[in-house]
Amino acid sequence: MDDLIADFLVEAHEGLEVIDVELVRFEARPEDRAALDKIFRLVHTLKGACGFLGLGRLEAIAHAGETLLGRFRDGRLQVSSQAVTAVLSAIDRIKMILDGLGDLGREPEGDDTALIRALEAFSDGAAPSEQSAVAAEPEPLAADVAAPERTLRPGEVSLEELEAAFLAAEGPVFGAPAPPVETPAAASPAAAFEPDQTDSAPEAPVSESLGPQTIRVGVDVLEDMMTLVSELVLTRNQLLQLNRGRGDETFTPPLQRLSSITGELQDSVMKTRMQPIGQAWKKLPRLVRDLSGELGKPIELVMEGEATELDRQVLEQIRDPLTHMVRNSADHGLEGPEARRAAGKPEAGLIHLSAYHEGGAIVIRLRDDGRGLDTARIREKAIEKGIVGRAEAETMTEAQVHRLIFAPGFSTAVVVTNVSGRGVGMDVVRSNIEQIGGQIELQSTLGQGCVVTVKIPLTLAIVSALIIRAAGERFAVPQASVQELVKVSADSDHRFEEIEHVRMLRLREQLIPLIDLSEELGRERRHEAKFVLIMRVGAHRFGVLVEEVIDTEEIVVKPLASVLRTIPVFSGATLLGDGSVVLIIDPNGLSDRAGDMPARAQKAIDEAAVWTEAEAAELVSLLIVRVGAGALKAVELSRITRLEQAPVTTIQRIGDRAAVDYRGKLMPVLTIEDGQRFMESGSQPLLVVQGMLYAMGLAVDQIVDVVGAKLDIELTASRPGVRGVALINGRATELLDLDHFMLLALAEHAKGATGGDADGRIAA
Amino acid sequence: MSARDYVTLRVGGHLFGLDALVVHDVFYPRNITPVPLAPPEIIGVLNLRGRIVTAVCARARLAMKPRDPTARPAKAVGLELGGDHYGLVVDEVESVVKLDPIDLIPPPDNLPVRWAEIIPGVFRLPEGLLVVLDASKLITGGTGHYGAAA
Repeated sequence: MDDLIADFLVEAHEGLEVIDVELVRFEARPEDRAALDKIFRLVHTLKGACGFLGLGRLEAIAHAGETLLGRFRDGRLQVSSQAVTAVLSAIDRIKMILDGLGDLGREPEGDDTALIRALEAFSDGAAPSEQSAVAAEPEPLAADVAAPERTLRPGEVSLEELEAAFLAAEGPVFGAPAPPVETPAAASPAAAFEPDQTDSAPEAPVSESLGPQTIRVGVDVLEDMMTLVSELVLTRNQLLQLNRGRGDETFTPPLQRLSSITGELQDSVMKTRMQPIGQAWKKLPRLVRDLSGELGKPIELVMEGEATELDRQVLEQIRDPLTHMVRNSADHGLEGPEARRAAGKPEAGLIHLSAYHEGGAIVIRLRDDGRGLDTARIREKAIEKGIVGRAEAETMTEAQVHRLIFAPGFSTAVVVTNVSGRGVGMDVVRSNIEQIGGQIELQSTLGQGCVVTVKIPLTLAIVSALIIRAAGERFAVPQASVQELVKVSADSDHRFEEIEHVRMLRLREQLIPLIDLSEELGRERRHEAKFVLIMRVGAHRFGVLVEEVIDTEEIVVKPLASVLRTIPVFSGATLLGDGSVVLIIDPNGLSDRAGDMPARAQKAIDEAAVWTEAEAAELVSLLIVRVGAGALKAVELSRITRLEQAPVTTIQRIGDRAAVDYRGKLMPVLTIEDGQRFMESGSQPLLVVQGMLYAMGLAVDQIVDVVGAKLDIELTASRPGVRGVALINGRATELLDLDHFMLLALAEHAKGATGGDADGRIAA
Repeated sequence: MSARDYVTLRVGGHLFGLDALVVHDVFYPRNITPVPLAPPEIIGVLNLRGRIVTAVCARARLAMKPRDPTARPAKAVGLELGGDHYGLVVDEVESVVKLDPIDLIPPPDNLPVRWAEIIPGVFRLPEGLLVVLDASKLITGGTGHYGAAA
């Protein structure tokens, strides 16, 4: 029984996936009889199998669903979105029960009455009068013969002669309780399905390419075959190499034959691992339909190139990223219907998914005709989240800004919706795709939509690798993660620099943190490092010093033994043509191992950048003066109109006030510190500050210097006239508050205008 | 009746036995590629007829002195554990003996801890004690964290 259930589960899951896709298609085009027939057939088969296996819950739901579908089929019920939703929820419930069945080995407990009632309500709603009539007798009698479980449910009679045809087909199904769900009608080895064709006669040439005859083979068998063939390829390579060294032609012809057969065998086995990308897309129509409802946006999903094949391992890896991308498009990319109307677009948003082969890679393109990326908002968001500095963000091109959505922790959704916008967005997509050696690119036109292009290798089993040397040993580095190869030598242009003990390579005016592979492997470097591999892992870009780059080779990745799997730097091992084993460097592990390094280096780089850019902008010319015995004083040079050496004799004093004749006018002269004395003889240095209406002179003892310095006030003012203390050239310097003195000077002027002149002493 | 075959090995002058059923083959470990950052008892990986075999040093695992480099070349016994191929590198592989597990004496209490976990028992043979090793524990036990060489 366990085996039967296991088989049933496999079949049922596959069947349900098809139902999902077909139902959505059917909803969009209710006249598509072929889709409906297919759905009906699958649900019916499922029901039959459930009955046979004694799975009452499943059978009841399937039965109710089938009845409803039957109504669609005989035209008694108009197809409506609500009804389709009801069927889909029935499918979901079936999936849930199947999952429980897989875990427990029996149907989980639960109550489906509400669901079944809802389905029945739809069936009844269309033909309430018929429903009772239909409960009539003839059909159950027929059902009794072939499908005893169906006598339990008299409500299904509406299926008429269709039903009879199916019942005829059920004989073999019971013999093998795992009916060939996905190979109906024409392609089916079960000839008993033939009668179906009479029903769907007008659509007889089944429009979907259902593929040629297939057999079911366990995935592990295919994996084993792949391993064996890989070994065969390596053995062949070794033989060829040995033969080359022999200088004897005896073995050459058979070896060549062996070689070509091996190659063909490898291709064939690779093909068994290939699956159409449509496999990964199966869930998308349903997803988009649900999203459409949830978000209140009509969405049309167009898929192209479903038959494009790729390795099933790769397929597994891109399933989630693709789903996420589609979600993103639906949620962020496409506008609501009103906005679309306003923009002169068709109300339904378009998501166009296509796939094709290009070279040794598969290209998947996701296009939407939504609003496109909002460059300004992304820029703001990235600054706000601290992903880039403002200065940097301002200088970025539009494409560079768009790429920021791949940065970790970035999410532009203003409102976190149920669908997306939880901050685990495109960065996860990107890292998933990069992990399998893929690339992701993005193009966006504001108001017109966005295109995301993903390029991934067809297979992971065979990888292009650079064979390099470090610590005197050879290692393989997957080529996909190496962006660039830089030759370094004593006289090369590429300079090494060190910031905060982090080694850097200056490459085209960019600083790239460097690690030495030999050191990372805990070994001594044996030879001078001649090359730097510029690698990128996620957002990290770093350089890896290696001693030598030896070769590029297509390698077959083999896992390491379990005792070695905990070493994060290696992802596996491979055999080279000469029969030796080399370890494969895992770029992710390397970046982790150098873990804090890139961050530390990044900080150092950032700090260096701050100094050169922002700092330069803030650099202020300061005039340093000495007044009295205390700290040096500084004033912003830009505020000083003139430096004047006034002969002591020209300074007129009235009590503690002083003035000097400056360009024909009397200008007050102020002291900076209490008790400050003017020069005894010679000339008195004055800083002349010209205000809007008046000027003033500040008396100082000595002008010391003019420096460019950062205006970074460390301490706030402790007394009037001083803005604070700043460290300038390593010395604490008081920054004078010129405004304070200007006010004093204004007071002097006022006095001069009233008291001063009357006094007749200042105006000499 | 229930006698089993044991492959006898010599490591550091001691006589050890492995259940012959777990031993695939005996070979000379050559062209070993060292694995940086691996636990110290892992000598490296090598290619044995197209398979990647991980060479584990029996001396290191048993906490014995390393081999005298001038000694005769070491031999390795091939084992398969959990789908992985290992070669246990020993000083010498001697022969195969038939012994009845009934005669297996539990290991003495005073056995060093590092040995106790990998030794299910000993046989008393005319030529001395034959210490039986549990291959699986010998290879995978005590490793699995690489920190030591890092």
